[in-house]
Amino acid sequence: MDSRQKEIDSLKDYKYGFSTDIENTKAPKGLNEDVIKFISNIKKEPQWMLDFRLKAFERFKQLKEPDWQKPKYPKIDYQDLYYYSAPKSMKDKPKSLDDLDPKLLETYKKLGIPLQEQARLNGIAVDAVFDSVSVATTFKEELTKQGIIFCSMSEAIQKHPELVKKYLGSVIPTTDHFFATLNSAVFTDGSFVYIPENVKCPMELSTYFRINASETGQFERTLIIADKGSYVSYLEGCTAPMRDENQLHAANVELIALDDAEIKYSTVQNWYPGDKDGKGGIYNFVTKRGLCKGINSKISWTQVETGSAITWKYPSCILKGDNSVGEFYSIAITNNHQKADTGTKMIHLGKNTKSKIISKGISAGKSDMMYRGLVDISSKADNSRNFTQCDSLLMGNKCGAHTIPYIKNKNLKSNIEHEATTSKISDEQLYYCNQRGLNQEEAVSLIVNGFCKEVLQQLPMEFAVEAQKLVGISLEGSVG
Amino acid sequence: MLSIENLKAKIDEKEILKGLNLDIKPGEVHAIMGPNGSGKSTLSNILSGKKGYEINGKVTFDGENLLELETEERAHKGIFLAFQYPMEIPGVNTNTFLKTSINAIKKARGEKELDAIEFLKLIKEKSAELKFDEKILNRQLNVGFSGGEKKKNEILQMSILNPKLSILDETDSGLDIDALRIVSEGVNSLRNKNNSFLIITHYQRLLDYIKPDFVHVLKNGQIIKSGDFELAKELEKVGYEDFN
Ligand SMILES: Nc1ncnc2c1ncn2[C@@H]1O[C@H](COP(=O)(O)OP(=O)(O)OP(=O)(O)O)[C@@H](O)[C@H]1O
Ligand SMILES: [Mg+2]
Repeated sequence: MDSRQKEIDSLKDYKYGFSTDIENTKAPKGLNEDVIKFISNIKKEPQWMLDFRLKAFERFKQLKEPDWQKPKYPKIDYQDLYYYSAPKSMKDKPKSLDDLDPKLLETYKKLGIPLQEQARLNGIAVDAVFDSVSVATTFKEELTKQGIIFCSMSEAIQKHPELVKKYLGSVIPTTDHFFATLNSAVFTDGSFVYIPENVKCPMELSTYFRINASETGQFERTLIIADKGSYVSYLEGCTAPMRDENQLHAANVELIALDDAEIKYSTVQNWYPGDKDGKGGIYNFVTKRGLCKGINSKISWTQVETGSAITWKYPSCILKGDNSVGEFYSIAITNNHQKADTGTKMIHLGKNTKSKIISKGISAGKSDMMYRGLVDISSKADNSRNFTQCDSLLMGNKCGAHTIPYIKNKNLKSNIEHEATTSKISDEQLYYCNQRGLNQEEAVSLIVNGFCKEVLQQLPMEFAVEAQKLVGISLEGSVG
Repeated sequence: MLSIENLKAKIDEKEILKGLNLDIKPGEVHAIMGPNGSGKSTLSNILSGKKGYEINGKVTFDGENLLELETEERAHKGIFLAFQYPMEIPGVNTNTFLKTSINAIKKARGEKELDAIEFLKLIKEKSAELKFDEKILNRQLNVGFSGGEKKKNEILQMSILNPKLSILDETDSGLDIDALRIVSEGVNSLRNKNNSFLIITHYQRLLDYIKPDFVHVLKNGQIIKSGDFELAKELEKVGYEDFN
């Protein structure tokens, strides 16, 4: 096969693998105080924000990179990365979508997110983050009418400092752990959401993350606050070009639900997974944590993780308010040489708190999958309950699946239930489907989607359909 | 339409079919009877394209070399196998499976796929014909179905797909008397001058309803005798042991 054909074939596999040729403003390479000041300065941040970053950086210098995770990776040279990269045209922020660089609009169109049409047709508000900056947020006015704030993090720092100051770092402290602390020092952009008291957000809010520039880390920061009695459903999607190098993505996502509020956070993660031989791909080392701060509050994480060379994340819930509820629904798929170490933490602090964990891991090719979960019921959390179900599906015999549930129940009145299964797609099942006219890929997709059903059902309609397709695509070529 | 010449099949060095010949013309119904382990399911599997056999001989379907086609391609060309043991597929809704199946076949044939409404209409019509409880179609495919329900589900799929060649592998085993009649009606209603059937059974009772054109006896990997419906009656009396 000549190299051009190869390129075409691989593009077919990962259709988001193109890159946009665009002029960038970059911070100087490397990680130091000057770079952090550069980022803060280019964003015209107030002093308190810079102080927040520098404090985190001081802490970061004392931290050691963790190595307890299952997927090992070559040492990352943190001085050899760019920490800020933004399209030049974003320097003077365009006022509306019409002023946006056509190349950017084109990029999002190619990704299946036509910002302009999306705005009109889908009724889903989108914040589009391109490398280190948010390039556009749609539906702003309509949301504003209800008092909902949906904007980029950079804008929130300027316009809503009181909210940012109060909540940023309140769930993931700047001192938390290596990657979270790094993020606190160098985060560039991300989305900010505030839903006022008793407002049910009338549409899905969504952020689309795109890594474009090479040798650039993406460190985004998302903060969602649902005030008393409010509701919001938020979606996150991501892609990146195909590159031979590994690119680091270390985001922090903080959710805060006050009394009677509910946040539903869904992720469809399709970062570039690397090629068939395991070259390139995104390191997705993300910290996601939700705080059920108020009574009767609820936070629900749903994730469909199909991309990245390495996925390493545990979206978690701290159930502080009495009667609060935490949920984690996860589909993680690894193929070829992909690795994932993912799961959740449910920390029960309040009384009558409930959590539910449904994890579906699918491994194919030579990939390796680890579910790691912690359920921690504190001595004060009377009458609390957890239900965990972890199912693994193996395809072929060169892949691996592991389940490590950590369980700490310090309350006799509370109760933890754990179920786990491991299964394989049998040749007989495939034969049955083939006999009914489905080809191998359609058969695998059908069976795997059946396996994941409980999780797919949690996604908003439009995304459930996308996710189903993605599940099929990411397993293509995984059975003979 | 189907022609099998000197078909030999081995699996794990074990010889199962040892030179089998069979010719099925459009519109014909053939029954195959034979003792356990004689190779009946093996024959159905080879015709429908299950992998893992070492095959010799010649099989053509509508003039094409069948053995070169993928399993799903055979399905697209109109070969259907009602399985002796239908597979359970957890999490997959039976309706979804049926719809995916019929649309995969339509797509391969370049026909227009059914939308949700057309599909439901078809399902309603066919389940009514077969007195099949539609509720079961909202359950996971074959999961927790009773033996008879699984078999009836196969026949429902057959009648929806309207295949050119339907192979029924012991579909009558484990059916109650009413279900047996339903299955037979399913077959009879699809019967026309183009559709053919290969019906594997151990019992004359099914054949009483279906009235096959030919009955064959498969023993030791070969068809040792062929005849008409009378042959089935004779078998029932004599048994396979002494039948030569
Ligand atoms: N994978 C296999 N490995 C070894 N032997 C096999 C395999 N599959 C089938 N056989 C053997 O081949 C022979 C024929 O099996 P087959 O299932 O075709 O019989 P059958 O005629 O359908 O029997 P029954 O009436 O019990 O359904 C049997 O002896 C069986 O044990
Ligand atoms: Mg059999």
